Amino acid sequence: MKLSQYLLALVCPIILLSSCKKSTEEVTPDAKSTFSIEFENQVNGSPLVLNTTTYKNAKGEDFKINIFKYYVSNIKLSKADGTTYLIPESYFLIDASKAESTNITLKDVPTGDYTKIEYTIGVDYARNFAGAQTGALDPINGMFWTWNSGYIFVKLEGTSPQSTDTGNKLTFHIGGVTDPNNTIRTFATEINSANPLRVRTDGKPNMHFIVNAAALFTGKTDISFASLNFTMGGANSVIVANNYTNGLFRLDHIHN
Amino acid sequence: MLRKITVIAVLLLSTAMMYACSKNEDEITPEEKKITFSIPANFPAPAYNFEDNKLTNAGFALGKKLFYEARLSADKSVSCGSCHQQFAAFTQLDHKVSHGVNNCQGKRNTPPLVNLAWQKAFFWDGGVKNIETSPLNAITDACEMGTDIETIVAFLKSTAPYPDLFKQAFGSTEINSQLILKSITQFTAVLVSGNSKYDKVTRKEGGISFSAAELAGYNLFKEKCSSCHAEPFFTDFSYRSNGLDLVSTDEGRSHITGVSSDFGKFRVPTLRNIEYTSPYMHDGRFYSLDEVLEHYNSGVKSSANLDPQLKNGIPLSSTEKEQIKAFLKTLTDNEFIKNTLYSES
Repeated sequence: MKLSQYLLALVCPIILLSSCKKSTEEVTPDAKSTFSIEFENQVNGSPLVLNTTTYKNAKGEDFKINIFKYYVSNIKLSKADGTTYLIPESYFLIDASKAESTNITLKDVPTGDYTKIEYTIGVDYARNFAGAQTGALDPINGMFWTWNSGYIFVKLEGTSPQSTDTGNKLTFHIGGVTDPNNTIRTFATEINSANPLRVRTDGKPNMHFIVNAAALFTGKTDISFASLNFTMGGANSVIVANNYTNGLFRLDHIHN
Repeated sequence: MLRKITVIAVLLLSTAMMYACSKNEDEITPEEKKITFSIPANFPAPAYNFEDNKLTNAGFALGKKLFYEARLSADKSVSCGSCHQQFAAFTQLDHKVSHGVNNCQGKRNTPPLVNLAWQKAFFWDGGVKNIETSPLNAITDACEMGTDIETIVAFLKSTAPYPDLFKQAFGSTEINSQLILKSITQFTAVLVSGNSKYDKVTRKEGGISFSAAELAGYNLFKEKCSSCHAEPFFTDFSYRSNGLDLVSTDEGRSHITGVSSDFGKFRVPTLRNIEYTSPYMHDGRFYSLDEVLEHYNSGVKSSANLDPQLKNGIPLSSTEKEQIKAFLKTLTDNEFIKNTLYSES
């Protein structure tokens, strides 16, 4: 009698607790773990140093970079058997002026050997028009166009003696999701199957990407700063996006 | 004995947990009027339905306070409510264009804030695609509030009673752009105007009917105007050129789309409460409805992207103009304009 009373009293709050939390907790048998990605910003093989170092574009024109920021989102991993895992809510803003932003951590990833990674350079269509966002997509990050809804996917600002703009400025704000000026691009790279991304409960691998800022200005169209030094969406942004689609990121190595 | 106390304690704890679960509902004091988003019977389903932004009295109250907070602007002189005045159906009386910080005169006429929950694009050029992000445009425009969201977040974090108000609205003293925008939307999306004489006649409420002139005006309106100013919002939300100028000085919609066939086009404005939303057109060039109707009668210019339906204008006799005007005044919703729930308190 006393025992059953006791049990009832104990069970009652447990039921309540579980009813409170029900929607957020889902038990799955699959093991999950963590991996990280480091984005090492460079310009044609040299470290990216903001404000001071002079680089050359493919046309041989000098330039400096003051701001370099870009979104990486919707990260998707594939296994050799063709199964894929899309990391939910994976939106990251990498900012060359903030060292901590260049190393991102992906949590709750099912363990396994992954042989391919792909992600959006920028932000998917829907989120450009969604309601107020937070985190990497918070407009406070200066990557949201307030007058023409949508995110700036890649932002590079700097100077070049060749630029005809006031103060020899370079302003490359790449974004826009509507045809014919859609700049959403996907980057994909195979991972050497001899050394795949091994996500393990007892190991947290790190992928190391080289990011070449100069890729904005070459690849499909060599850009001269004398003729193109300012773009905020539109046809010229498409030229830049087509340049960096394949050249911006390169998987250098993986530490398993 | 000890066991009995433990049992009672555990039971009490479980009761407390039940309270914790339902805390939000209990916090609303019974005598306070519950803020609701009501859809008039003659309106379709809204585009914005508060799915990801639960409407609460505290959220609405915070949103309203932010809407009327002039200290958010660069020189602390302009709030949302400065250009969106309730007595003018939330547009700005007697201002051709919006009047921003440092006495800056904006580019376009302030649009009324009415039935925004049914709108999918905002501003005259439709550049903003979500009601929640709409305030950012006015906040950052150098000629409107002239500030940025970072400054506003910092101001609210350090200014009483805002941290408390955010706690009441969202359960945490955390203040960020998302919560600011969501609370403002709890105010602006609730601004539903659907109790005009026109609405009551349409819904056959209380034996109300149009006068002979109003009815004649309504019939003329359906024949000559409603292909663009479609019921029940009195806009079809499309972008058109109505031939104000041969060459528009404002590129309008093409600023957003980059497409030359959109040059000089603007969103068809709602006509609800039009009696109080003067001046008219994207640049506020007309002060009276007579001028507006005369434009359609005799003033339409053959601009490059002129709407095909307007290529011969809309010929109107003076009787017809008076009848249309009589009908347009049935779109005035005094319950909305005078609702103290929406007023600065």
